[in-house]
Amino acid sequence: MDEGRPLFLQIAEQVENDIISGALPEETQVPSTNEFAAFHRINPATAMKGVNLLVDDGVLYKKRGIGMFVATGSRERLLEKRRERFRAEFVRPLMAEAAKLDIARTELEDMITREQQ
Amino acid sequence: MTAVVEVTNLSRKFGRMMAIDDVSFTIEENRIHGLLGRNGAGKTTLMQLLTGQQFASSGSIRVFGQSPVENAAVLQRTCFIKESQRYPDDFRPKHVLRSAEWFFPEWDADFAAQLVDEFRVPLDRRMKKLSRGQVSAVGVIVGLASRAPLTFFDEPYLGLDAVARQTFYDRLLEDYAEHPRTVILSTHLIDEVSDLLEHVLVIDDGRILLDDDAEDLRGSATVVSGATALVDAFADGHEVIRREALGGRAAVTIGRLTPQQRNSAADAGLELGPVSLQELIVARTATPASTTPGKVTA
Repeated sequence: MDEGRPLFLQIAEQVENDIISGALPEETQVPSTNEFAAFHRINPATAMKGVNLLVDDGVLYKKRGIGMFVATGSRERLLEKRRERFRAEFVRPLMAEAAKLDIARTELEDMITREQQ
Repeated sequence: MTAVVEVTNLSRKFGRMMAIDDVSFTIEENRIHGLLGRNGAGKTTLMQLLTGQQFASSGSIRVFGQSPVENAAVLQRTCFIKESQRYPDDFRPKHVLRSAEWFFPEWDADFAAQLVDEFRVPLDRRMKKLSRGQVSAVGVIVGLASRAPLTFFDEPYLGLDAVARQTFYDRLLEDYAEHPRTVILSTHLIDEVSDLLEHVLVIDDGRILLDDDAEDLRGSATVVSGATALVDAFADGHEVIRREALGGRAAVTIGRLTPQQRNSAADAGLELGPVSLQELIVARTATPASTTPGKVTA
């Protein structure tokens, strides 16, 4: 796992990524905390903290005695949340680096257009 | 939360040397704890005190609510796997495993047999003919299969190869998940175990230096690097754990930053990097012992 960032956040984020990518469709069961812990070789309490975070956010819900499931509508909500974060985490540093390198706005737009082709 | 171990103002003197110097802490039930620190910091002495193999010079120790010294009710629920475990001369691994059954009420012989296969321990060879790693493997097997409510591993894997260490971590996590218990793991291989730990105790020079949840320690420090003047201006007012400089560049390890502080550092053109648990502990314990006053008492 990545150093420096809390592990439980990384676990939560991976599940979110799987929901966004469609690897974990809505209303399917997600692995148990012990399975997460064994797979990532982390403490089960940490894995549980990550999963509980998603339960609190309404992304996952518990079925008593069965396990955790992906809530309906969670993909759309996650996409919305991630798009907002995209601005802070990607666009902002991009603009700062561009300013540092004296890249003009039009030049930057050209670069993005070229990347898309 | 239930405390399995409660230590209050505990000291242990050897002659004039304070091996354990007035420490107080508690250990919560059913967690995996790391007991970390440099050679000679007092880790083994502390574990011996907690298992009744050393006597306190002063202070109090409560394990399962009672003193561990000569106390069968406590020691029966305790398993202590030592780096330098000695065995009777004619003992073979099969004898070790068979006698373990008498000491540990929760002993799981099937689990032990599975581990013997995984660690490839020759059951019929004399203990003193085994390699260093095989002796360590026997200790690890006893520690895991004992399922003792309070299990200590003191540098359990001297000579164990990388595959065997990974097997140990995997089986520990799996079995702990199924049979929750309190584990205290003392090791120098901090990077290898940091993700397994829920709580970390760092001991230095006989004193508790850090007593925190692993998740809180993660991200509790940041390396800020960039042009020396900028770095020093930013670090001013923060607790600097460590500072290194090369040419016009400097890197300082400082305490926890708020998101606003992180943003302003990034805006100032500084680079921010994570600090691993191992790096944090190295930075915290790298000072010479002599800078700590009161180590030797008159």
